[in-house]
Amino acid sequence: MHEERIVTHPLGEPVITIKDVQKRFGANKVLSSVSMTVRRSETVCVIGPSGSGKSTLLRCINALIPIDQGTIEVDGIAVHDPKLDKLALRRRVGIVFQQYNLFPHKTALENIMMAPVQVLKEDKAIVEARARKLLDKVRLSDKAHAYPGELSGGQQQRVAIARSLAMQPKVMLFDEVTAALDPETKKEVLITIRELAAEGMTCILVTHEMGFAREVANEVYFTDRGVIVEHAPPSKFFTNPREARTREFLDQVL
Amino acid sequence: MRMGKTDLPVLLPQRALPQPTEWGAGFSTRWMTSRQAIVLMLVTGLLLAGSAFAQQGGQPRANLASLLVKWTPLVFSGFLFNLLVSIASMMIGTIAGIILGLGQISLLAPVRGTSWLATQFFRNAPWLVLLFFVMFLLPFQITIWGITIPLPAWLKAILGLSLPVMANVSEIVRGGIKSIPAGQWESAESLAFSRRQILWQIILPQAVKRMIPPWMNLYAILTMSTTLISIVGIQDGMTLVKGALVAEGRVDLYLPLYGALLLMFFCYWYPIARWTQSLERRFAVNA
Repeated sequence: MHEERIVTHPLGEPVITIKDVQKRFGANKVLSSVSMTVRRSETVCVIGPSGSGKSTLLRCINALIPIDQGTIEVDGIAVHDPKLDKLALRRRVGIVFQQYNLFPHKTALENIMMAPVQVLKEDKAIVEARARKLLDKVRLSDKAHAYPGELSGGQQQRVAIARSLAMQPKVMLFDEVTAALDPETKKEVLITIRELAAEGMTCILVTHEMGFAREVANEVYFTDRGVIVEHAPPSKFFTNPREARTREFLDQVL
Repeated sequence: MRMGKTDLPVLLPQRALPQPTEWGAGFSTRWMTSRQAIVLMLVTGLLLAGSAFAQQGGQPRANLASLLVKWTPLVFSGFLFNLLVSIASMMIGTIAGIILGLGQISLLAPVRGTSWLATQFFRNAPWLVLLFFVMFLLPFQITIWGITIPLPAWLKAILGLSLPVMANVSEIVRGGIKSIPAGQWESAESLAFSRRQILWQIILPQAVKRMIPPWMNLYAILTMSTTLISIVGIQDGMTLVKGALVAEGRVDLYLPLYGALLLMFFCYWYPIARWTQSLERRFAVNA
C-alpha cells in the first residue's frame, strides 16, 4: 500500500454525531460514554483490541442494537428516539459485515436488487440498471448470475458492498470486512473501499488493517474496553500517539 | 350399502360404523368411495368364502395361496384407507404445525409461550394416548350455527393423529428457521426489510430446504402409526387382516396375511425413503 493518503475530498458538515453513548449487555459494559463526530465525505477508521466495542458501536449507529444512554444522530435522524423511523435510517446507512451475509438463495444481481425493489418499491428495470453499474464498479460484471456459494470470499464481500450501495446510502459502515479474507482477496475489497472513500462517501471502518487505515482515514479512533482512548489524523496517530495504551497497542500490531 | 344378515365377525364393526350423511364435499365422497370399495371387496370375499365353505364339507382345506388371493384385495383396500388417513393427518398436521411453528418465533410473548406449550405438550405425548384422548374428547357430532356436522370415528382418528404431527412440524419449522445464521437476519434488517419480509423472502426460502427431510421422516413415522387406529375400532388394513384371520380361523394364514400388509407398507414407503435420502444429500451439499 502507498504511504501517501489518496483521499482528498473536502469534508462537509457533521453527518454522524454520537454523544455519550452507553451500552451494556447484562453486567458487561460494552460502550461507556462514547462520543464521535463524522463529517460528510470523511473516512473514519476505528481500531482497537477485540472486545473493545467497535462492532457494537457500528450496530448502534444503524439501530441494529438499541443504545442504553446518550444520543446518536445520523443525517438529521435521531437514532436514539424510541419512535425512530428505521426505514428512513437504514436507507441512509449501509453496513457491510465480516461474514458478507449474502442471501445464498439469490444470485449476485438479485442480492443487490432485492432491497431497492422490495423495500423501496423502486422500478425493477431502473434498479437492475443500477445494480449492473454497481457490479461493474466492484469489478464483478461477469458474476451477475452467480450464486454466493460460487463466489470467493472477496467476491462475495464486494457483492455485499454493492448490495448496500444499491440503497444509495449517505453513510457506509464496514465491520472488519476483510478479517475473514486471505491476503489476495483482501486487496480487491480494500481497493473497492478506497475508491468509495475517494468518491466522497462518508465511511466508518472498523478494521485491523493498519496500513489501510493510515492510507484512507481522515481520522483514526482507538477504542479499548468500551471507551475512545484517543483520536487523531493518521499522520499524528501512527507516529506520535498521545496515550500510553495506544502506543502499547500499536507496538503489538505494527 | 345395505347388507344382509351375517355371522361373520369381520362385518360387524363395519356395520357399526356411523354412516356419514351430508358432510363436506370432496373429502366425503372420496371417503365414501373408498368405503364402498371396502364393502364391495368384503361382499366379494364373503361370496367367495361362502362358496368355498359350501364346497368344503369334510374335504381337504383350501390351500394357502388361494386364501391369500382371496383376502389380499380386502387387506389392500384397508391399506389404502391407512394411506388416506396418513395423507389427511399429514396435511392437517402440517398446516397447523406451520402456524404453531411460526407462533413459536413470534415477537409477542403470549403467542410464543402458548405455541411453545402446545408444541411441547403434544410432542411429548404417546400417539396412542392422544388418539384415545381425541376419540373420547370429541362428540360424535357438533352443531355450529344450527348446522350439525357429524364427527365420524375416522375423522376423529385423523384429527387425533394430526396432533402429534402438528407438534413435530412446529418443531421442524422452528428448528429450520433457527438454523439460519443470525447474520442473515442482521444484514436483511440493515437493508430495511421488515420482519415479515425477512421471514418470507429470506429466511423461509432457505429454511424450507432444511425442513423437508425431517418432514418426510415424520411422514414415514405417521404412515406406520396409522395402524394405531385399528385399536380405536376403525376399519383399516390391520383390522381387516384380523377380521380375515378370524373368518378363516387358520393359524397358518397369520404370517402370510400380516406379511402381505407389511409388504404393502414397504412398497409404498421404500421409494419415498430413497427419495428423501437423495433430497437430504442434495440439500446437504447446497446448504
